[in-house]
Amino acid sequence: MKYVIIGNSVAACGCIEAIRKVDTQNPIVVISDEKYRVYSRPLISYYLGGKVDESKMYIRDEDYYEKNKVETKLGKKAVAVDFKSREVILDDGEKVKYDKLLIATGGKPFVPPTKGFELKNVFTFIKFDDVKAIDEAIKSGAKKAVVIGAGLSGLKAAEALIKRNLDVTVVELANRILGSILDLEASRIVQSELEKHGIVFKLETSVDEIIGDGKVEKVKLKNGEVLDCDIVVFAIGVVPNIDFLKGTELKINRGIVVNNKMETNIQDVYAAGDCAEGYDFVFEQQRVIPIWPNAYNQGETAGYNMAGVERTFDRGFPMNSIGFFDVHMITAGIVVPNSDDIEVLVKHDKEKNAYRKIYLKNGRVVGFMFINSIDRAGMITNMIKEGFNVESIKHRLLDEDFGYLDLPKEIRQEKILGGAKA
Amino acid sequence: MAKKIFPKEDVCVGCHLCEVYCVYAHSKYKKPNIKAHELVKLYIKHKDSKPTPKILIEEKSGTWTTFALQCRHCDDAPCTKACITGAMKRLEDGRIICDEEKCVGCWSCIMACPHGAVRRGENKKAASKCDLCLELGEPACVKNCPNEALEVKEV
Ligand SMILES: Cc1cc2nc3c(=O)[nH]c(=O)nc-3n(C[C@H](O)[C@H](O)[C@H](O)COP(=O)(O)OP(=O)(O)OC[C@H]3O[C@@H](n4cnc5c(N)ncnc54)[C@H](O)[C@@H]3O)c2cc1C
Ligand code: SF4
Ligand code: SF4
Repeated sequence: MKYVIIGNSVAACGCIEAIRKVDTQNPIVVISDEKYRVYSRPLISYYLGGKVDESKMYIRDEDYYEKNKVETKLGKKAVAVDFKSREVILDDGEKVKYDKLLIATGGKPFVPPTKGFELKNVFTFIKFDDVKAIDEAIKSGAKKAVVIGAGLSGLKAAEALIKRNLDVTVVELANRILGSILDLEASRIVQSELEKHGIVFKLETSVDEIIGDGKVEKVKLKNGEVLDCDIVVFAIGVVPNIDFLKGTELKINRGIVVNNKMETNIQDVYAAGDCAEGYDFVFEQQRVIPIWPNAYNQGETAGYNMAGVERTFDRGFPMNSIGFFDVHMITAGIVVPNSDDIEVLVKHDKEKNAYRKIYLKNGRVVGFMFINSIDRAGMITNMIKEGFNVESIKHRLLDEDFGYLDLPKEIRQEKILGGAKA
Repeated sequence: MAKKIFPKEDVCVGCHLCEVYCVYAHSKYKKPNIKAHELVKLYIKHKDSKPTPKILIEEKSGTWTTFALQCRHCDDAPCTKACITGAMKRLEDGRIICDEEKCVGCWSCIMACPHGAVRRGENKKAASKCDLCLELGEPACVKNCPNEALEVKEV
């Protein structure tokens, strides 16, 4: 029996850790086109901003592979999988046999066809090597940056660039920033905070053309404006990194289609993380949920099943915790109401610049947005996951000191002492 | 099998002494024989950032009920799966701890912890949560609660 994992990020970690809980012997092989041991993608902006150094980019100890008896093939790309002969084919021609395969190739940057994309100092913002290259450009004198996309990673890039003393303009096609996690009202609150730190926003437009002679000099926007700049960072979003599997018998929709055991349509082949399309419990549909905890959970579920221990994961939904400068926000589930039967609870404390908005459906929380008032938010995330009925306590949910004392004693004790019975 | 601390709300006085001893136990001044009044040294040294306890007292106006909540050291700890740095992790002895050196204060653990047991620590830079004081033999909060409202059990 041999386990093979393509991809070496958090979904792979979940898989390795689950396998090793139940199978300490059989070999595990991890293949990655990146040369690094497992590091954190979310930390690349912290690296660029100077908050963490290279040693802190790694999410597991140096002896992780050794301790978990994992053979690594780093800096090697899988270019094809032969599902009949059960082999992964690498770019150097090597063939790696598997008995159980996990595809955990994550996401790749989405870049619409753009004139001038090939110019020097045009970057994407996903990998460690991306920020190392941006760092080099700054060290050789770049002063002005244009970031394309005001989503999570675009704004994280903008924050890091401001910390490096660049002039930063963010261009966004939508009418608001952080459209995937905030509604218009919340987004305006965060935008004004970011503007205080010097980030300039151009909303409802996008890049038309990147101009320069070998190297970026200007960006022309769709609204006709032309911005001088030394670097351009594309951070519009990620799409599943599965091109090398297209045209095979593997079932792919947006991502690789998986059931709640992370099985694909092919026997002994599993997929997890940003490349997979699993069930979204809140939206009640198959979706790619490109976030870290989801990737770990899916990888872990795949790992157990690959090792023969049946486990299901059917409680995935989007959730994000993110901060820029001193503004912190946690959001989960539905953030823009998608039907008429959703009840909205909202509280905006202008003095503290704290904002809490909660969406309920049939007495249950289906989403929330908390800005600058995030302590104990996990209790609410968990209520979404459990489908807990909050009808009797709903207005307390908006209060910062909401806690177990708001629940009936029996329920509180069950939740706190629950571990005793486990 | 992991150890857990169990709060007894029926006998909790709400005196916050567990917090005081928790801060002291995790301070640079900790000694095997903990004396909380030595905390004053800490507060003088850290004028702009008061050390944060790793415990959370629940109390609500209008009720007399109070209790001290600690990390449950969950078997299937969601905080470790959400942590983007690997700071939040399980040790071989079963405890879940936060490596505060590694933590970047992204609060993904706060988003994920179903008990709301993670606090934002000193200067809100790193996550602060109960580590069971295993180095001390017995959690400082449990040892020093004047009314035995906290108990450690192996479950
Ligand atoms: C800048 C940034 C900030 C983020 N911040 C957050 C955050 O705060 N919170 C959050 O929840 N999420 C965040 N995310 C998203 C999070 O990083 C992803 O959800 C997570 O990394 C997905 O993990 P994964 O294991 O599915 O794959 P990935 O992390 O995408 O890794 C896939 C790996 O597979 C390798 N690979 C791909 N194809 C091949 C191939 N053919 N052969 C060999 N190897 C291959 C890739 O090079 C890569 O190493 C952020 C992402 C970015 C880019
Ligand atoms: S911090 Fe929360 S999620 Fe993590 S182990 Fe403790 S109680 Fe469980
Ligand atoms: S705040 Fe620290 S411990 Fe918590 S998830 Fe972020 S890095 Fe991990």
